[in-house]
Amino acid sequence: MARALVNVPKRARMGEIIEIKALVSHPMESGYRVGLNGAVIPRDIIRLFTCGYNGVEIFRAEFSPAVAANPFMSFSTLALESGTLTFRWTGDKDFEVVETAEIVVE
Amino acid sequence: MSARILLALAAAAGASLALAADIPPEQRRSAYADMSPELRAIQDDDAANPASLWVLDGEALWNEHAGAAQKSCADCHGAGGALKGAAARYPRFDAALGAPVDLEQQINICRTERQKATPLAWESHALLALTAFVARQSRGEKISVAEDPRARPFVDAGRRLFTERRGQINLSCAQCHNDNWGKSLAGAPIPQALPTAYPIYRLEWQAMGSLRRRLRNCLSGVRAELWPQESRNYVDLELFLMSRANGMTLESPGARP
Repeated sequence: MARALVNVPKRARMGEIIEIKALVSHPMESGYRVGLNGAVIPRDIIRLFTCGYNGVEIFRAEFSPAVAANPFMSFSTLALESGTLTFRWTGDKDFEVVETAEIVVE
Repeated sequence: MSARILLALAAAAGASLALAADIPPEQRRSAYADMSPELRAIQDDDAANPASLWVLDGEALWNEHAGAAQKSCADCHGAGGALKGAAARYPRFDAALGAPVDLEQQINICRTERQKATPLAWESHALLALTAFVARQSRGEKISVAEDPRARPFVDAGRRLFTERRGQINLSCAQCHNDNWGKSLAGAPIPQALPTAYPIYRLEWQAMGSLRRRLRNCLSGVRAELWPQESRNYVDLELFLMSRANGMTLESPGARP
């Protein structure tokens, strides 16, 4: 069950700095571990996280095997217009999770 | 032997007796108190606590029809929130079994008897998710277990397990958690073994885990043979540990280092 949990303020004043939190469920298997049978467990990580604000990319992070399981991101942006924030995680084994959140700016 | 030496011996004997005693109620504290501010922030904020992912999955499972009876948990118990306070009373004495059961076992009893479904495997994602969902509803409630007099013998059995030396290192639980709490073990503070936040998201595991998993961790830590999963010992020990935390606040689902 891939799942994401995003937290964006529902309302903000024009020009206000808002904090955005995004948590996703993922094992982040590094590709360096060896299983009980002695074989290397294939890498299975999230490669890229992006956040779009009404279609404009405002945040991007590339993940490495050193990132822990269930990665949590927190960043800030300026509230400039009402609309939709789109969060997208993509990675190995065709992993893709998309989550959206609405914000009203007044 | 001079009186002075005798006195010193008596004092030493008294001190060692005092060491073996339980932690006085006013000195009890959750392991939360020993965590870094960053880690506390994770537990305090549902949006940052990875355990929330399990709670969400648990809510989905709660409403899912399962087993031959095609019943969901919600069909009997109602929507989420119906079991507020329940997790603070587990392990609870089960009259039909004549023994205490923990929350995970209670979920599986419901599954086999009410839903006519196969029980969920220990530490499986589904079982942890349901446990986390149920336990989340009791966050902030006062822990109150072993009120039933029929649970008493099992608490005593748990106490015996707690104070019994075991493993190649020949340590009892009490020697660390009653006598040396607050000191360091391999750089980590020794907690008082008050299970106020289970199931927990443990950073070391990078996953959710039950109190049973933590106990197995400690057993292998003292290089003892792990009890089989069906052993009654786990529930007796869980019951005793929870009874030590009676009156404290349930934090489930917690975050731990």
